[in-house]
Amino acid sequence: MSIRALIVDDSSVMRKIVERSLRQAGVDLAKVFEAGDGAQALSVLAENQVDLILCDINMPVMDGLEFIKQLPGVTNAKDVPVVMITTEGSESHVVQALSCGARGYIRKPFTPEQAKEHVVPVLGGKS
Amino acid sequence: MKSANERNAADGNHEHWIPLLEVAAREVFELMLSCQLTGPSVAEGTDLDVTAMVGLAGQLCGVLSIRCEGKAAALMTSKMLGVELHKVGREMPDALGEIANMVAGNFKNKISGLSEGCMLSPPTVVTGNDYSMHAQADTSGLEVRLQFESMPMIVSLQIQS
Repeated sequence: MSIRALIVDDSSVMRKIVERSLRQAGVDLAKVFEAGDGAQALSVLAENQVDLILCDINMPVMDGLEFIKQLPGVTNAKDVPVVMITTEGSESHVVQALSCGARGYIRKPFTPEQAKEHVVPVLGGKS
Repeated sequence: MKSANERNAADGNHEHWIPLLEVAAREVFELMLSCQLTGPSVAEGTDLDVTAMVGLAGQLCGVLSIRCEGKAAALMTSKMLGVELHKVGREMPDALGEIANMVAGNFKNKISGLSEGCMLSPPTVVTGNDYSMHAQADTSGLEVRLQFESMPMIVSLQIQS
């Protein structure tokens, strides 16, 4: 099944890499939305339904943790799984992200297969 | 109780971090660009006119930088994005900044205590070579010379601890 994904990262290059990695690993992406920070991502979600959100932590304006804290109040995103993708690899960052509602955590650098390993389980058969 | 790395960070002895810096760089290139760095390189006489820098703050303060030639930077971008070399354009600084960011993050994640206690700045990329860099470093810094596709590349870490 094809999925619609939202990739949130302040680096446009990293957004492209994440999309490319998932496609390379065989994840069927029907549509990819992009946002440069959490606030932009909320705007995207106000008008679009997605099946998966991949999100950086350190971003300007609204960081990834603040963004996922706000997701329960967004109609289009209430049950959408969020996977964090970040260079911050500490245990406390992982715990913090998971306690904020993230369902997975990918540390950069990563291979396409590693990205897929973290994404597929949270999709519940949609991939 | 502090780990050996934490004690060494505190007493200014960082030479043993050089292999970790090299491994951090090699892993980023293998995983994200699907290529092996070789080395060491001889950078003298070459024009390393692209510099990507990431600041570190917290338990370890300093600047990690990656320097390479413009054509190497373009090829890195091409490999990272999976686009043809002649199509690489404005993405190059962003790509080099991300590489520096990942090397810095990967490096600090390899050192006990630094992963939690050291933050990274957004990357900065400078093109051109008519400049001098003055970091508030109180050590001579660490440097790893490598080759990317037979082109020289220098990864360095200036430390103010």
